[in-house]
Order: sequence, then C-alpha cells, then structure tokens
Amino acid sequence: MTDTQVMRGSPPAAALAKKIPRQNMSKSISDATLKRQHLGDKLFRGTTRMFAFLVFALLVAIIISLIQGAWPALKAFGFKFFYAAEWNPVTDEFGALVPIFGTLATSAIALLIGVPVSFGIALFLTELSPKWLRRPLGIAVELLAGIPSIIYGMWGLFVFAPVFQEHVQPWLIDHLSPLPMLGFLFEGAPMGIGILTAGIILAIMVIPFIASVMRDVFEIVPPLLKESAYGLGATTWEVVRHVVLPYTKIGVVGGIMLGLGRALGETMAITFVIGNAHQFSTSLMMPGNSISSALANEFNEATSELHIASLIELGLILFIITFIVLSLSKLLLMQLAKREGKQT
Amino acid sequence: MIIFRRTLLVAGLSLSLLSTAFAADITGAGATFPYPIYAKWAEAYKAKTGIGLNYQSIGSGGGIKQIKAKTVDFGASDMPLKPEVLEKDGLMQFPTVMGGVVPVVNLAGIQGGQVKLTGTVLADIFLGKIKKWNEPEIANLNKGVALPDQAITVVHRSDGSGTTFIFTNYLSKISPEWKQKVGEETSVSWPAGVGGKGNEGVASYVKQIKGSIGYVEYAYALQNKMAYTLMQNKEGNYVSPTADTFKAAAAGAHWDTAPGFYEILTNEAGKQSWPITGATFILMHKSQANAENAKTVLKFFDWAYAEGDKLALSLDYIPMPDNVVKLVENAWKAQIKDASGKVIW
Repeated sequence: MTDTQVMRGSPPAAALAKKIPRQNMSKSISDATLKRQHLGDKLFRGTTRMFAFLVFALLVAIIISLIQGAWPALKAFGFKFFYAAEWNPVTDEFGALVPIFGTLATSAIALLIGVPVSFGIALFLTELSPKWLRRPLGIAVELLAGIPSIIYGMWGLFVFAPVFQEHVQPWLIDHLSPLPMLGFLFEGAPMGIGILTAGIILAIMVIPFIASVMRDVFEIVPPLLKESAYGLGATTWEVVRHVVLPYTKIGVVGGIMLGLGRALGETMAITFVIGNAHQFSTSLMMPGNSISSALANEFNEATSELHIASLIELGLILFIITFIVLSLSKLLLMQLAKREGKQT
Repeated sequence: MIIFRRTLLVAGLSLSLLSTAFAADITGAGATFPYPIYAKWAEAYKAKTGIGLNYQSIGSGGGIKQIKAKTVDFGASDMPLKPEVLEKDGLMQFPTVMGGVVPVVNLAGIQGGQVKLTGTVLADIFLGKIKKWNEPEIANLNKGVALPDQAITVVHRSDGSGTTFIFTNYLSKISPEWKQKVGEETSVSWPAGVGGKGNEGVASYVKQIKGSIGYVEYAYALQNKMAYTLMQNKEGNYVSPTADTFKAAAAGAHWDTAPGFYEILTNEAGKQSWPITGATFILMHKSQANAENAKTVLKFFDWAYAEGDKLALSLDYIPMPDNVVKLVENAWKAQIKDASGKVIW
C-alpha cells in the first residue's frame, strides 16, 4: 500500500508522464490531460484490484456454497464420512474412504513415476542434450501437455489397458504379490483397468507439465555459477545437485505442485481407466474410484438429497486436500529457505 | 415484436428460456435411454407442425429434479415414480416406449446367443459369488459350450441409470439375496466389478476386458454387435432379446390396474417374454399454469403415439400398444388441469 501511495503523489511519476509525450514529439501536456491521465491511472488500478479481489471473493463463495450444499451429509455422517467405505445409494449410506484413497493413491503413483522421469527429461534437455536435439524434444514435451485429457483416457482404455492386462499385470501379480511387505498391493486378477493403470496414465499426463517447468527453471541458472562449479572440477551430477537444484528449488517444487494439482483434479482420463467401483481394496490391481470421477459419474443422476450432499462433500474434501497440499509445499519451501539462512 | 419473434425462430434458437417465453417450442429434460427416439420424433414433428422440441438428455435423476423445479414442460425418467411420490409433488406420469436390457459377454470364440443364463445365476455372478466361467452353475446350463477357465469380471454402470434400475429390479425379483444385499435403484452399491459411464462406457469395458459380463440397452448390444446371452424367462423358456420377445413381455403388463402407471415389465409371464424389459416415462405437473403450453406438449405425445411407431421400431424401441395409449390419454383427461381446474386435453 505504501508503495502505491508514494508512486501516486511523487514528482518522478509526474516527470515521467511529462517526458513520454516529449519523446513522442507531440504537443505539451495541459493540466486537463494530466488530470485525465491521473484519473486513468486510478481507474486502471481500481479495475486490476477488483479483478484480483474477484478471485478471492470467488474462492470464499465457492467454499460457502460447498459447505452449504454438503450440509445434509455433514450433519448425517459427521466425521464418519471420512473413513467409512460404504457408498450405497439404496440405503442412503455414504462414506468417502474409497474415493479419497483412489485420489491420493493415483496421484502418488503419478508423482512417483512422473517426478524422476520429468527430472531426467529436464536434465537431459538443459545439460546433456546436443544443441540440435533440444528444440524438437522441448517442443514434443510441450505438445504432450496440450493433448486434452479425454484423449489420454481413451488411449489408456483402448490401447494401454489391453496390453497392460495381457503382458504386464500377470507378471506383476506372479512376481510381486508373494513379496512380504508390498505383496498386498499386487493381489487380484488382471483386469487391465484399476488404480495402478490410472496412476500410470496420470503420470504420463503430468510429466509434460513438470518437465517443462523444470526445464525452464534449469535454464535460468546463471552460466557463471555452473561454469565456476565445473571449473572447480565438479561433475555434471555434482553441478546439478549442488548448484542447479538449490538455485531452482522453488521452481522445481512449483512444477511438481502443478503436476500434483493436475493429478488430484483430473477427471475424464481417470474415469476411463480407474474402474469406477466403490469397493475398498488395498490392491492397486483392483478397480477403485477417485473423487473427481465419482462426481463426474454420479452427479447427474443422483436423486436423493443425501446422495447429492455427499457428492458435494466429496468436492469439499478435494478442495481441502488441494489446500493442504499447497500449504505443505509452501511450508517445505519456507523450511528450505530457513535452512539456507543458517548455512550462510 | 412479431418480426423479432420470427427472426428468433428462423434463426433456430433453441435456448429453452427463449422458447418457453415465446410459447412455441416445448422443452423437456431427463432420461438418456429414450433420447434417440425423442430426437427423431421431434424432428419429424417439427417438419410437420413447425413446433420444435428441445429435449436435454441429462439423465432420469436430472429430469425428475427439473420437472419438480418447473424449469421444463415435461421430465423424463426410466424409473417410474411411486404413486405416493407423484401425489406428493403433484405430478402424473405416463409411459412412452419400451425397450430391453441385455446381458452381454466377452468370451473368446463365443457368439451372441450361445450362452444361456438363468436369473439366479445372473444374480450370483453380479453378487460376485460365481467367480469363473467354467463353474458348475454356468456349465450345467450350457452343456456343449466350451466355457473357458477364466475369471469373470462384472461390468456395471458407474452413473445412475434407468437401465440399472430395470436390471436390479429384475435381479431383486429373482434373487432374495440380491434384494436383501443390494436392492433396486438407479444406482446401487455393487458387490463386485468395474463401472462404466453410460451404456457406451459399459459396452467399451465389456469389449476391452476378456471374460467380462455387463448389461446394456438392447440398441447398444445390437449396434456394437456384442455377444448377448439367452435368458430364462418366468415360464422356464430360454429366449433371445428381440423386438418380439420385448413385445411379448409388454403384452403381459397390467397397465390398466397399475395406479399412476407404476408398472415395471421385468420377469413378466408369457412363453416368449424377455425377462428384463422396461418402459420409459414422461412426468408432467397435474396443475398447469400455462394451459396452452401444456396442450402443445400433450399434442406432441398424442402425435408420437399415433404416428411415431415406425420411427420407434426403426431405432429398436417398442411402441406402446393402442389400448395403453387409450389409458394414457384418459389419464390426461382425468388428471391434467389448468389453474382454474379445467380439463386441458
């Protein structure tokens, strides 16, 4: 606020306003024009502020309407809604465990696969790739980001799932389900669709987002820093680990969050391949449901008040999850910044 | 003003707000199952009378909500509302067309009509009790058919649907266990399987997943050339899903004694009856503020009953028999009134 006040009344601003027309070789400014321009500035500031506050107002309005819509479910199920696995429109009993688990599990798989791959892509493009290859590869990554999600969903169902069912899942089930700690994740019959498939499709969808952000931020690292490190005898990995990553950590975390945001909210692609079943299973081979696909599937045809309210509460939960994820990432960045201060 | 109105109509603006405001077009919303035939009827009717129908296939649940909120002239639902619900909201309903729900399978080397199922076995499959195709329950019904040693994947609807209502209604009638554990609704808590969105979603899952069984509208099974199963009907005969077996099921219905046309055509008697048959319904308010408009709507359906049979059959729907149409039009006379209580039809 103080900045703008200084700007408004300060002589340099007026001088600047005078200067510009002189450069343009036009007529000198009268008081009236000055006043008009001043008014224009004010209007402009007011308008932009209004737009900015509009976002805030929208956010508040959405939260209020979500809570209002979910109220019958909040009242009927209370905290039980979060951990009950039952989802029965006949008896009007609803619990969000299956969709919450599905949303978190698919997003986790997506990041688990997507982050290392994206990091590799960005690293190769900025540090290792020959110059002539950079552009085509970079454009390819960006093009992937532009494909609508329904295409990924259809590709997942019609191309990926059958191959996965016949060639990959049987192997996973045979070799991984006997494992002592992780075996429960890979039990069941190969269906081709399910939580794992959804996670993999999501990974493919978030990779271009994370990779292109990572590449962009890796590129802005000043060559001076990198070359100094190389000059001290650092290997490429050491340069990336100790120079590039610390310099770009905010951007990297931001890119991952962008990917996570997309993964959490993705609807159509997930609906195609997750199986849309409200049965709780810890196995990643089994069908499940995610919050957004439950909404997409059921909202139109939900007739009972509690069913609708429960679906809206699912939306509220997704909102809360996104909020928590964002806060955690901010917290992580703050923590990183603090540690940095201590070291120096 | 008239010129303005003309240009709007000529421009073919079908926004429901405009069309109701000008009382020219009629608006409806609801079930997706009858959408193709309503669209066909609307097209033919518009060509003949100039009055258009703007029908939004938003789903039966949405249709019920919209008609309750009076944002449309009529709602459409695949699930009939119970008489007491109709009474509570001041609505009346009538059936328009009938169709069948067909179990479809994806089994290597097995064609449509080769696999026979009974209602009990179908219920046990969908309950997740019969897990493999070669289990004795299925094998005993299908001697001579090479059923594979393959896990059964059940495919059901993930969205609420009138198709699901007809299907689960049938299973509830046949299997006490189904009735007790799952019940009948437009969407239920499925004990097993994966869910596809819409008939097309179920159809594509069944095509993708080997060893799967699902249920779709007859038209989808036909258009996608899917392997349907034969079903045992109430009289113990195995019948295949065709227009004739749906008609046979419809013939056994007692529309005359069903209050508020609450009649579900599953598991009907009759040697040739297809057991999983159902009708789709139109919902209207009994008390109409705009009598002119209501009459336009009724005229449309009157025309559809009289002239629309061929179009319905061409899209694999079964038109209502003439005696039922008479019952429906009598109900219009008896129930739909304008604000002053005068009969509209």
